[in-house]
Amino acid sequence: MEKAASRDGFGKGLVELGEKNPNVWVLTADVSESARTHWFQEKFPKRFVQVGIAEQNMAGVAVGIASCGKTVFISSYGVFNPGRNFDQVRVSICYNNANVILHGSHTGLTVGPDGATHQALEDIAITRVLPNMVVVVPADFEEARKATIALGERGGPAYIRTCREKFPLVTTPETPFEIGKANVYRKGKDAAIFAIGPMVYESLKAAEMLSKEGIDCAVVDCHTVKPIDRKAVVEWAKECGLIITVEEHQINGGMGSAVCEVVGEEYPCRVLRHGMHDKFGESGSPEELLRKYELNADGIAKKVREGMKMKR
Amino acid sequence: MAGRIHMSIKEIKLMANTIRQDVIRMLLEAKSGHSAGSIGLADIFAALYFHVMYHDPKNPEWEGRDRLVLSNGHVCPVFYATLANAGYFPKEELLTLRKLGSRLQGHPHKGSLPGIENTSGSLGQGLSIAAGMALVAKRENKRWRVYCITSDGEHNEGQVWEAAMLAAKYKLGNLTAIMDRNNIQIDGFTEDVMPLEPLAEKYRSFGWNVIEIDGHNVREIIDACERSRAVFNKPTMIIAHTIPGKGIPYMEFLSEWHGKPPTKEQADEAIKLLEEERKEIEEER
Repeated sequence: MEKAASRDGFGKGLVELGEKNPNVWVLTADVSESARTHWFQEKFPKRFVQVGIAEQNMAGVAVGIASCGKTVFISSYGVFNPGRNFDQVRVSICYNNANVILHGSHTGLTVGPDGATHQALEDIAITRVLPNMVVVVPADFEEARKATIALGERGGPAYIRTCREKFPLVTTPETPFEIGKANVYRKGKDAAIFAIGPMVYESLKAAEMLSKEGIDCAVVDCHTVKPIDRKAVVEWAKECGLIITVEEHQINGGMGSAVCEVVGEEYPCRVLRHGMHDKFGESGSPEELLRKYELNADGIAKKVREGMKMKR
Repeated sequence: MAGRIHMSIKEIKLMANTIRQDVIRMLLEAKSGHSAGSIGLADIFAALYFHVMYHDPKNPEWEGRDRLVLSNGHVCPVFYATLANAGYFPKEELLTLRKLGSRLQGHPHKGSLPGIENTSGSLGQGLSIAAGMALVAKRENKRWRVYCITSDGEHNEGQVWEAAMLAAKYKLGNLTAIMDRNNIQIDGFTEDVMPLEPLAEKYRSFGWNVIEIDGHNVREIIDACERSRAVFNKPTMIIAHTIPGKGIPYMEFLSEWHGKPPTKEQADEAIKLLEEERKEIEEER
């Protein structure tokens, strides 16, 4: 299966946007190559700003640039952006309603050997709580490219979350992408798996495994965590009566919590949240870590089976 | 009309006096807010809006305007009073400060009131925003300038120094920052809370053009802003030495006046003193 990294999709999307729109600017905090903004820099040096290792300043500078009619992307690792600069994001970007889009690269456990300091597992929680903010977590390279373009066209405040590792492609250039509209990649009657990022692929694999045991799972790519697709959540709660949420993020405050909020308010049914269970990560290869923390297809299948037992 | 409101020195002094009186009335009515810093900045705001800056109160979004970024948002009473006197919005509205439904929020909110370029209230963020604006103007050959009002106390925040490095890196000669060096912050004197000196040397070593002035001397304020325009390859920091609560003796120099409003009696006394000062200015040649 073809593999590619969502950070690459982000970088390619930026270049496409830059070609279409002369008002797109990009800022980096000393991670231009690894967060893939260097392609934009090569093509549009006059719209690229290197701020050094200073994510707080980067957020502010972006607001100043945006106030002159620009669409500004600020890019660093998710642990620093929005991790390091939350107050700047809250006041200068969100309360200001500035046209600034945050890019958090190297998110989730799959950063791997760099360990817990570099594994952003709280970024969705701290961005989705902010008024005016949109939060998008693309499933793969293609979706990241499309999401970057869509967010650039829509404008900020927004947060887009990508990963370092290459993962199998689950979408194609033709797959539709619309901010706020979840994509259903597999239908099923017993359980609905809501997944984001690389967990979409792992969930599809889990669903395949489970089908052999007679468990029929739907898999929903819930790429927009805010505003969450309430209609899709309710629809699948009704259809399956059981939802499993899967994300490379703390189970508290992430996409799973967002799903619970909708279900609790509109159509109560059992939801099992899967992700990091209130723990920090550690060093290891991405594959080892996903296995240890049960965020691979086996782990997800296990969670679905747990849910099925509670259902009966 | 787009351009400068070209007041004379005497007219600016009278305007600063008007602004101080407005601030006292606003804070009395609001029953909360930041007195000392607001009063201390009246001369600087009057000089900027009534002499130095190119702007258009009837068209606040005029593309060619000079931008003013207020970083220490808690002194917004002096900012609001200045904007109202310049004609950005009706003066009657000043007395709605900090009230429910008012456009005059407790800390400035962009979009709530005409003439506000940035949202502030969390300290240390304004210089970054100002640098971002100046960078666009520089790269796109715009003629407008960016002014940033910053406090001494907020220089405790690391972000200010991040912005200082960036502004020097990109040679933002179109950026003039004015630091309100009034020596007080909430918990006391700045040099006791977290020593800042030598501030001028720090900024020079960061690659800035530095000018030190008496922040109550209108001529010095105007001259320093003019001199900053002549430096093309460096941002300018004007360290304006001010007296917090200037002109109101019971308020002057006291950090306890950082964040409280006057009582009715105190306000009456302040207005009386300011009226006396006004007569003195009027009698000047």
